[in-house]
Amino acid sequence: MLVTLTINGQIIHVERETPIFEAAKKLGIPIPTLCHHEALKPYGSCRLCTVEVVKNKWPKLVTSCNYPAEDGLEVKTDTDRVKRTRKMVMELLLARCPHVPAIQQLAQKMGVKTSQFKKKGDEQCILCGLCVRVCDEIVGVRAIGFVGRGTEREMNTPFGIESDTCIGCGACTYICPTSYIEMVERPDAPGGRSLNKGELTLDSCPNSYVCENCDREQQFLLETMQVIEKFRRENEKRRSEQKV
Amino acid sequence: MAFEKVDEILEKHGYRHDALIGIIQDIQRLENYLPLETLRHISHRLEIPLSRIYYIATFYKSFSLEPRGRHIVKVCLGTACHICGATQNLEQMERTLHICEGETTKDMMFSLETVNCVGTCALAPVAIVDDTYYDAVTPEKVEKILSNYATESEGIESEKN
Ligand code: SF4
Ligand code: SF4
Ligand code: FES
Ligand code: FES
Repeated sequence: MLVTLTINGQIIHVERETPIFEAAKKLGIPIPTLCHHEALKPYGSCRLCTVEVVKNKWPKLVTSCNYPAEDGLEVKTDTDRVKRTRKMVMELLLARCPHVPAIQQLAQKMGVKTSQFKKKGDEQCILCGLCVRVCDEIVGVRAIGFVGRGTEREMNTPFGIESDTCIGCGACTYICPTSYIEMVERPDAPGGRSLNKGELTLDSCPNSYVCENCDREQQFLLETMQVIEKFRRENEKRRSEQKV
Repeated sequence: MAFEKVDEILEKHGYRHDALIGIIQDIQRLENYLPLETLRHISHRLEIPLSRIYYIATFYKSFSLEPRGRHIVKVCLGTACHICGATQNLEQMERTLHICEGETTKDMMFSLETVNCVGTCALAPVAIVDDTYYDAVTPEKVEKILSNYATESEGIESEKN
């Protein structure tokens, strides 16, 4: 069913439940995102895509990547309140990851130079959950996940030990916006790859899954490979843009 | 390792994915903690990725991935209990058991933990051992409470000598 809403005064018709972010994209209205990827289900963890919606004359802040479109909704993406909020979110991210190039650049783009928040440690992971979701939704393995909660929350393998389900496809490394997970060649096994997540090395097949009777082969369907290949290309493009 | 008891629990819950938290709770009751091999077993049986189970097991404070003592002593440090002197009770517990909060005695008899309000503020200060609630606890009562459970525990034995 089509619904009609306005974004910054422009009228648009979209399928009901379409995330506002997608609707804005159709109108060419830019909204910054960090934890959103079109191939994955919306998650709403970074809060960077915040916009203001007015419903029954009642304005409130919502995350546009997972807020569903409905009839008569009035969306504003450029009010002072929205700008202030996004800046604050950016400052929080910068306080968490002061040395991550992707975060520094995004901050610069949004006019955030320093953070009013005290730096606690020096993290490289923003807990966006992209790696966890790509491993779950696309690869179908979910070798990695979140651990703990609150300020202790981190991305890791179960029990923080080498994973016995990771197939070393690399999707998580390609999608990670901060390069926290990296793919490295395995010196001991030509063609084999390892994933480094901080100090931990995830497992991968030293034979690139070519052995007969490989029980992981079926997880490695062609379709999945193609999607992952797409992630890899996107990633290369993004990294080369970051270097410029 | 035999997983009969674990399988019974899974059976009882009908292998339902939406019962995962209940299943983990029941499994923790077996040994007072969640061993890696057991979690791996239920991950296979339920066909739920281990990372999802591990996420839940680390999210809730009541789950433990470390071995814990046979008896779990919880001291409430919620507002009401705090005002009524719960901190002194905790210190007395630590002295009597020779462990700090969050630790387990060497003989694996007791683990000492703190909680923030268990909903029985009228009984403050409250301590709970396993499933028994003790009300109006004072440092003087601590040793008596623990001795109900401590027949085999060296920690308390040596305190008495
Ligand atoms: S490399 Fe391993 S952890 Fe990363 S997406 Fe692939 S299977 Fe998941
Ligand atoms: S490792 Fe990367 S993709 Fe995964 S949660 Fe952290 S920042 Fe996001
Ligand atoms: S992009 Fe919407 S919350 Fe991260
Ligand atoms: S504060 Fe201890 S029971 Fe409420």
